[in-house]
Amino acid sequence: MAYVADHRGITAVAGGARVEDYFALLKPRVMSLVVFTALVGLLLAPGGVNPVIGFIAILCIAVGAGASGALNMWYDADIDALMSRTANRPIPAGRIERDHALALGLVLSVFSVVLLGLATNWLAAGLLAFTIFFYAVIYTMWLKRATPQNIVIGGAAGSFPPMIGWAAVTGTIGLEACVLFLIIFLWTPPHFWALALYKQGDYAAAGIPMLPNVAGEKATKVQILLYSLVLVATSLLPSVMGFSGGIYAVAAGVTGLSFIFLAWRLFRAREDVPMRKAARSLFTYSLSYLFIIFLAFVTDHLARVSGWA
Amino acid sequence: MMAGQLDKDAELIARRKRRSVALALALGALVVIFYVLTIVKMGPGIFERPL
Repeated sequence: MAYVADHRGITAVAGGARVEDYFALLKPRVMSLVVFTALVGLLLAPGGVNPVIGFIAILCIAVGAGASGALNMWYDADIDALMSRTANRPIPAGRIERDHALALGLVLSVFSVVLLGLATNWLAAGLLAFTIFFYAVIYTMWLKRATPQNIVIGGAAGSFPPMIGWAAVTGTIGLEACVLFLIIFLWTPPHFWALALYKQGDYAAAGIPMLPNVAGEKATKVQILLYSLVLVATSLLPSVMGFSGGIYAVAAGVTGLSFIFLAWRLFRAREDVPMRKAARSLFTYSLSYLFIIFLAFVTDHLARVSGWA
Repeated sequence: MMAGQLDKDAELIARRKRRSVALALALGALVVIFYVLTIVKMGPGIFERPL
């Protein structure tokens, strides 16, 4: 790896890494989504949890997610350097040495798993360890460079946090937690393929076999539409199965229809510029979508528990 | 040239100091977490032991 100097002319080799650079290794934006979905799993779980233990559980899940982000950046430094979206990450930008990212990832992995086990239970800790392993080894080291289905299978890593939150409270894996897992799992492909559609050049330059580069735009748009339909149908399962009420059903229905509309608009877009614009809209909307339905899940649950709904 | 080098050295030292402070805070937080977790896990009974 060639080290380049940062804006102050200081390289990672010279020991010039800043605290913010180490924090960036933890992928804070991904971490915030993980914290939110894990918190939803924790709040929905029956029985409740001591607030201090709940806080420590969420902290461990966040740090575990950050650790897998650092391991991902350690392994992917070569391809990150080739993509505009990732070229400014701390390692390709020359602000942190690769070995430091590996050390940080391993240390935080061990600490987060052990602390979660001590604070809650070893099922939750085991799930967190498996999630880190799945993201860092199965997805990053294997699937990402091997198959266009990389993010379909790899998406499981991002789907575990609500299940871990649930397990931290109950010591079990409930049906509700499995539904939350399934919603994130089905959300991941349309979310990332929309990104891959408007960042195709990046992935092609790095040699990553994303679906648009391998199967073409048309096939990707069909897959996005199909996954969107299955996702929205699955998002209504909690209401059908009776563990969420009207608030959730309305939120999931309305936001789901918007999701399908954007996926349909992307499917219909033929020209390059409108297609990229539609892909970008779907990508941006998908983030809000996940946030809204998980928030609706909690609101609905709290309303029912307190007798408002 | 000389001033530029001194400037760079000062920046390096400042960054090293900030990294050390961040590490100290993280370790301190870990100590607090283990302490609070121990109290919470042992429950209110911890205050009822004979002295």
